[in-house]
Amino acid sequence: MASLKDLRNRIRSVRSTQKITSAMKMVAASRLRRAQEQALAARPYAERMERMLGSLATNLRSQPNAPKLLAGTGSEQTHLLLVATSDRGLAGGFNASILREARRTLRQLQRDGRQVKIFTIGRKGRDALRRDHAKLILENLTEIGRPRLTFANAEDVAGRLVARFEAGEFDVCTVIFNRFKSAISQIVTKQQLIPFAITEAKEQDKADLQGAIYEFEPEESEILTELLPRNLAVQIFTALLENAASEQGARMTAMDNATRNAGEMIDRLNITYNRSRQAAITKELIEIISGAEAL
Amino acid sequence: MADKVKFELVSPEKLLLSEDVAMVVVPGGEGNFGVLPGHSLLISTVRPGIIDVYADDQRSVSQRIFVSGGFAEVTPERCTVLADEAIPVGEIDRAVAKSEAKEAEGHHAGLKDQVARATSDDRSEVLAQLRAAERRLATAQAKLEALRSVAH
Repeated sequence: MASLKDLRNRIRSVRSTQKITSAMKMVAASRLRRAQEQALAARPYAERMERMLGSLATNLRSQPNAPKLLAGTGSEQTHLLLVATSDRGLAGGFNASILREARRTLRQLQRDGRQVKIFTIGRKGRDALRRDHAKLILENLTEIGRPRLTFANAEDVAGRLVARFEAGEFDVCTVIFNRFKSAISQIVTKQQLIPFAITEAKEQDKADLQGAIYEFEPEESEILTELLPRNLAVQIFTALLENAASEQGARMTAMDNATRNAGEMIDRLNITYNRSRQAAITKELIEIISGAEAL
Repeated sequence: MADKVKFELVSPEKLLLSEDVAMVVVPGGEGNFGVLPGHSLLISTVRPGIIDVYADDQRSVSQRIFVSGGFAEVTPERCTVLADEAIPVGEIDRAVAKSEAKEAEGHHAGLKDQVARATSDDRSEVLAQLRAAERRLATAQAKLEALRSVAH
């Protein structure tokens, strides 16, 4: 059995770990609130942008000279996966769940005979994917949005994507990130960015507007060529914000568990410590008494 | 409300303004346009300039907001402006705006030189940078212009 001194040291070390995890939990909780507010504040813009694009896109998609960002390149050979992870660890399953989904998608695409390229955001994603897919990685961005994520960050990413898209480096781009549901639950989400996908819900919206003909200033196609890259940036911005909130949520939950576990461990160690102390005292007493009796 | 338009000003980071107003004048890509209730459907680009909000009637401006560009969507009931960046005119710092304009100007001139010297390989990249600089310069100048018009 461990000596009393060893036990005391052990208890002290677990106690200081607990202090660290509970501090991290507090920090994550306050960052989470900020991240959530930011994500919420950004929602109106994204919604209205979507509505506007919805009314623009339908009549243009079928036209032969529709912009490639909307209609696609006509091929689906090369896929680009935009994997958004965090820079810091200790966030529970946050990064692992994104990476699992990324790897699954990658394997599936490769099985279908497609070419896959990877663009990572965040140090964790880069480090993990570099191990077995180093050749596929086109670009890494780390320490993005510190101390605060701004729209310029998203525009930067979008600019890089568009440049590569126009250089013909890929046909389809999908982003993988964690959608924030609550502090304890984040949902891994895959969303197609290029070509721009109009979802079912948006189709519904348009039904209401049918017959409504918009006037365009300047030309429809001109607006679209400006609007599409901007929409890409907006979608990336939303994804990054959701990701930031998810990261803090996951970290908060993970650190809460760690704090609780450390507490349990301290209790257990305390019991062992008290028992062995008691045992040592009893042993000494027996020795004294039996010594006295022998006289 | 039949005699009001729902005006919304949104930037990527937040919803800045959402209220019922009598009229708004938006600096469109091809000239300013005023939006009254019942305006026909319109989608337009927005150039750097000032949005004038007329809250109660069509004679007095209640709010002036500088936008650095974006898009506007107009329907008979509402007018939505998706701005890249928006600041109330009163909150623009003259000194900051001036130094921004100066910097943009210098940057722009430097890039022009670079374009002249650029080889065909990196030409497109430099040209893209030049376009970005031009946009920044236009925004900065529009900001100063906005300040000047308020001063009068």
